[in-house]
Amino acid sequence: MPVTGDHAGGRASSAPLVGRESEPTIFELSVPGRLAYYARSTGVPEWPASEIGAHLRREPAELPEVSERDLVAHFTRLAARNYSVDVGSYPLGSCTMKYNPKFADEVAEMEGISRVHPGTPERAIQGWLEILSSLESYICTITGMAAATLQPPAGAAGELTGLLLMKAYHRSKKRDPRKVLIPDSAHGTNPASVTLAGFEAVTVPSGPDGLVSVEALRSLIDGDIAGIMLTNPNTLGLFETKIVEILELVHGVDGLAYYDGANLNAIVGVVRPGDMGFDIVHSNLHKTFATPHGGGGPGAGPVAVAEKLVRFLPGPLVRRETGGDLRWHYPEESIGRVHGFYGNAVVLARALAFMRYLGGEGLKRMSELAVLNANWLRWRIQDSYTIPYGGVCMHEFVASASSIKKSSGVRALDIAKSLLEEGFHAPTVYFPLVVEEALMFEPTETESPQTLAGLADSLIRLAVIASENPELLAERPLRTPVRRLDEARAARKPVLTEDQRTAAPSAS
Amino acid sequence: MLADLGMGSLEDLFAHVPKEIRLQRPLALEKGRSEFEVREWFSGMARRNSAARRDLVIFAGGGAYDHDLSSAARALGGQSAFVTAYTPYQPEVSQGVLQALFEYQTLVARIFGTDVANASLYDGAAALVEAVNLAVGATGSSRVIASGGVNPAYLETLATFGAGRSLELEVAATDEREATAWGAPSGQAAAVVVGYPNYFGTIEDVAEARTVANDLGALLVVVADPVALGLLEAPGALGADIVVGEGQSLGIPLSFGGPYLGLFGASTRYLRLIPGRLVGETVDADGRTAFVTTLRTREQDIRRERATSNVCTNQTLMAIQAAIHLSWLGKEGYQEVSRRCYNAAHYLASRLETIGLRVSSAPFFREFVVELPIPAEAVRSRLFDQGFLAGLAVRGRPNHLLLTATEAHTREEIDRFSDLIAKEI
Repeated sequence: MPVTGDHAGGRASSAPLVGRESEPTIFELSVPGRLAYYARSTGVPEWPASEIGAHLRREPAELPEVSERDLVAHFTRLAARNYSVDVGSYPLGSCTMKYNPKFADEVAEMEGISRVHPGTPERAIQGWLEILSSLESYICTITGMAAATLQPPAGAAGELTGLLLMKAYHRSKKRDPRKVLIPDSAHGTNPASVTLAGFEAVTVPSGPDGLVSVEALRSLIDGDIAGIMLTNPNTLGLFETKIVEILELVHGVDGLAYYDGANLNAIVGVVRPGDMGFDIVHSNLHKTFATPHGGGGPGAGPVAVAEKLVRFLPGPLVRRETGGDLRWHYPEESIGRVHGFYGNAVVLARALAFMRYLGGEGLKRMSELAVLNANWLRWRIQDSYTIPYGGVCMHEFVASASSIKKSSGVRALDIAKSLLEEGFHAPTVYFPLVVEEALMFEPTETESPQTLAGLADSLIRLAVIASENPELLAERPLRTPVRRLDEARAARKPVLTEDQRTAAPSAS
Repeated sequence: MLADLGMGSLEDLFAHVPKEIRLQRPLALEKGRSEFEVREWFSGMARRNSAARRDLVIFAGGGAYDHDLSSAARALGGQSAFVTAYTPYQPEVSQGVLQALFEYQTLVARIFGTDVANASLYDGAAALVEAVNLAVGATGSSRVIASGGVNPAYLETLATFGAGRSLELEVAATDEREATAWGAPSGQAAAVVVGYPNYFGTIEDVAEARTVANDLGALLVVVADPVALGLLEAPGALGADIVVGEGQSLGIPLSFGGPYLGLFGASTRYLRLIPGRLVGETVDADGRTAFVTTLRTREQDIRRERATSNVCTNQTLMAIQAAIHLSWLGKEGYQEVSRRCYNAAHYLASRLETIGLRVSSAPFFREFVVELPIPAEAVRSRLFDQGFLAGLAVRGRPNHLLLTATEAHTREEIDRFSDLIAKEI
């Protein structure tokens, strides 16, 4: 039997699931000459490659050589080594890891949705244009805006798009203000987007209540303010109750207000960014509208705007002709396209499916229950963890392990890692930066009271272990597919490919 | 639950939200529907997309190609453990996604001939934007010389995002065989950008672009078609500093343009400037091989306003899908698909030349520009009614068509298409 390495050819056995073995890489499974590929018969004649001349590839790319059976075994075993929402609760704060209804998968796979070339004539894609047009209308109704581009493929891309719209607006008024205000609790994408848009990020400090300090904000306002970027509720899960006053200050110097929709799941049907006074709003459809996160994408980050900014939106938009047909439309003063085609179209269709499923009342109930679940989970653990900010929270809250750390040395990280051992995903840790030893929980509306109680019981139990046997938590997790990793080693001498791996001394 | 919180109704949860901004009426949206009714609504929409009917033969490319997709790859990529996870922030329970991304990075680096590759970006256009941002950061120049043969939608996206930091974008025209006429640009630049093969199908002379880049002290950014590289020399071997491309051809359905996959490979010289996630190998507390996202200090959540990229969520699921598809193709299948695309496109071009049409792209891989004696849109429209998506219009050239063929096209389809074109002209 021709084998080339310890793992070549693979073994269709479940050892990596029930045992403690790593799964070999697909390259280690490779056996020369083995093949899953099987092409159709086309009858197309061979054409001489001589025309390519000097550009012919000399060494073929070393792709793995595996049978279909072993390919399936490998990627099925990999999937078994991964936590996901479908397995259990995923209270990762600020990520809105809610359950993704299965029927949307079926929508995404319909041939009339998935097998459409983006360069098709408009008359043959009226269904797709109707989907996009309907989604734009839902988004505008929910956010209180006039029109929206669906192109940005993720939240961060939406931020940059929104900031470029802000720039275009000021330029149209022959102004060139430089500064964009961002609260100190903001997501890292906000300041990064501000820099990439050619603005300067100015940090607004929070007050002791966790909200934007209006006094501090007032002192930062001048004629060089292009606008402000805010999430509301903010990243502490608190509603900025002085939002109207804050935005009036910014509008007072002709600045624009950007709503980062990362936390939109808290307020759908309750309060709209447009009614708060925002001019630009991005929505993370993969958060609020339940499109699956895909292990880190694809997402979608449509940007909706107030009437005065519509003419700057990226083209094409979908607009209805007088005859009723839908057509592509390019706004005259458009900032230009922000995606190679029309955005993550199939993700957009999934989001619309979710919106139509819940309807207006259901979407409001979604937010109400998200807020209820967060408040209830917080109430259940408040005697075991420091809750730095009181009052009612919105869809998420931040707890702190600072007192636990002081008394036992157990850190937020240890609590998070130990929670994995309890069968739950960890919360977001060490964010926002304004809270020490932060543990940020976002249970979402789709978790049952029983699941929340189980999560709370685990957290309370971990706090008890922290005070009695803190050294136990430093060791955990013990029973996950792998234990804590040597992350410093990964960064010190990066091994990012199989070739760098085989060139370096073996990791094990 | 409400009683535990000392509340009487869900309304109480929002009592602190100022009344004057609260929505005092229901959202003006339709009422909710069962999944069956929602699916039926979408089925209706899908039927109105006659573009998707089963017998439509697609000879259009332009960055989105109709390839055969294996059932195994579809099923594996659709596993809910991949679909419903998020960014692997907790590696202890994310080894599946992390290892699949490590394998993906290896595959992309090997295809591109680059030292390393990242864990994906949004699409080909976004990958180009990020490559240029890297070049600007590495050189301190904000001038970019791009070939006019690069996908026009990518160039437009680059111009949109480049406006933020005053990127000076100069576009070099293409000549009669749809290749770049670089002229003799002088001075300094951050990047020289060339397509390989380019948007018009022409296999550009990458070595020449390398010389232009050298003269300007610029990085060479190659926008490559990953399917072509089964047959064509790897851009990394031809001197590219950064190679980007659209990964849709690697097992992702046409999907009306998204979600697609931004491929990004680079030399290790620029390791610490690479955008997006990187997955690396390490060991766990028991010394076992494991994978983790690494070099995180490059990223926006740590570097904030000093970050050179704002990427957070990317296209992981598409990257995993591509890794599975490439593994299904394997070393031999990958080369064969590339060769079959080349054969089919050349057979199509030869048939059109037989009926007297002129093909300008030369030498080309799987896509080419052909000139018609009549307006291309009219031909496209009439052929659509006969079951063919007859390529794409070429901006600014009303009588030209951009046509492609892949391994999924049969000789019979190509013959029938050519015969119909012959009747039209």
